Amino acid sequence: MTTIGILALQGDVREHAHAIERLGASAVGVRRLSELDAVDGLIIPGGESTTIDKLLRIFELFDPLKQRLDEGLPVLGTCAGMIMLASDIIGAIEGQRSLGVIPMTVRRNAFGRQVDSSEVELTWRPDGSTMHATFIRAPWVESSADAVEVLAVDEAHGGQTVAVRHRNAIATSFHPEIVAPGATPDDRVHQVLLDLVASRR
Amino acid sequence: MSDSTNAPQVGTDLVKRGMADMLKGGVIMDVVTPEQAKIAEDAGAVAVMALERVPADIRAQGGVSRMSDPDMIQGIIDTVSIPVMAKARIGHFVEAQVLESLGVDYIDESEVLTPADYTHHIDKWNYTVPFVCGATNLGEALRRISEGAAMIRSKGEAGTGDVSNATTHMRKIRAEIKALTAMPEDELYVAAKELQAPLPLVQEIAKTGKLPVVLFTAGGIATPADAAMMMQLGAEGVFVGSGIFKSGDPAARAKAIVKATTFYDDPKVIADVSRGLGEAMVGINVEEEPEPHRLAERGW
Repeated sequence: MTTIGILALQGDVREHAHAIERLGASAVGVRRLSELDAVDGLIIPGGESTTIDKLLRIFELFDPLKQRLDEGLPVLGTCAGMIMLASDIIGAIEGQRSLGVIPMTVRRNAFGRQVDSSEVELTWRPDGSTMHATFIRAPWVESSADAVEVLAVDEAHGGQTVAVRHRNAIATSFHPEIVAPGATPDDRVHQVLLDLVASRR
Repeated sequence: MSDSTNAPQVGTDLVKRGMADMLKGGVIMDVVTPEQAKIAEDAGAVAVMALERVPADIRAQGGVSRMSDPDMIQGIIDTVSIPVMAKARIGHFVEAQVLESLGVDYIDESEVLTPADYTHHIDKWNYTVPFVCGATNLGEALRRISEGAAMIRSKGEAGTGDVSNATTHMRKIRAEIKALTAMPEDELYVAAKELQAPLPLVQEIAKTGKLPVVLFTAGGIATPADAAMMMQLGAEGVFVGSGIFKSGDPAARAKAIVKATTFYDDPKVIADVSRGLGEAMVGINVEEEPEPHRLAERGW
């Protein structure tokens, strides 16, 4: 069975685990190197990017994680996870680092403060249909290399890039993992990660 | 490009409750100056709580305690990039309006400040900004959720450095949730009456076995082991008030509590981070504090 690790230093780990389990794979929290080495793919969840960055370095996970991702471990980053996957960050705090897996510049807190956090409808380019997206103090992609595939733009706010894929990595500004009570979950983003895992075998 | 059918919807339940989801596993630190806020951000706090005096000073100095000066809150917002929370008095809906206009990311309708209304809490559905509220038991938590709170924290007894009330409140909330899940459906009506909470919320919890919003803990947490114990008792994250900036070495203690909250189930990590932190805040035993001075009893 496919096992997806969820970086469990801080953030909305459980919501990602539920999405992965709905798709028939197993989900485990990753806080240690030994746990990282046991997974077929990884999710870096939503949370506070400055906190996740610090904890990665304090617990000496930053360099090994970067190495696994550079070697091709499939990865999905949402919100703070998108920031962690970027090569460059606008609005970073002093000394903040990212893993540099996707050649793109992201802007932290790009939409504004929490009162500007919102739900919108997007077009999900891989299948051309509508996707409901929830942005929470979210980043957006300010610019990216030509090799980076744009999966969704946010027309409601003005056309910013909010989902991308590059080699083994997918990143979204929004939170496909959180679901309103009573709503039907939309796990298409997580399915892309599982497809990347399957194609690597 | 936006049109009326696809305008961004702000202030939805999902956006408010989701914001708290992103704080999970993290530490939110009380700060009274931009300098302290910077120390908290550098230590790995997921958010800061801006207030005029930390609870230990409110307790020592007495008097009426209110929302902070907007200049101070603005100074903190301008200094850090992590979310900024701020406290409004219980029932003081205008302080809440002011805080929302300043752009704070979360409002704490807090018993630590002097209540402005001894009957009603703020109608929190009226705001775009989300609210966190304290609770000592499940009924209180559900009343706050029914008023629109998007996050709950157990109250503990703020400003004491004594974790015993936080423990009591976490255990109480957990036990009451568990009792509901074991109850036959026809007993939930009386359970709702006894909890003084709305029936639909009681029925929902009986089914799901958890609160519909994130549950943090607060009040009296002073050490990494305190934070880890609260996480083991089921808290999804920790507020630390006086415990950091009333200690001997705030930066070191802040970092240690952040680490212990992530590795709350690993005693070796907790031991490591607890070494050489200097003086913890001077504590007050809750039992020695006269009842009229106990903050946890504020809230209705």
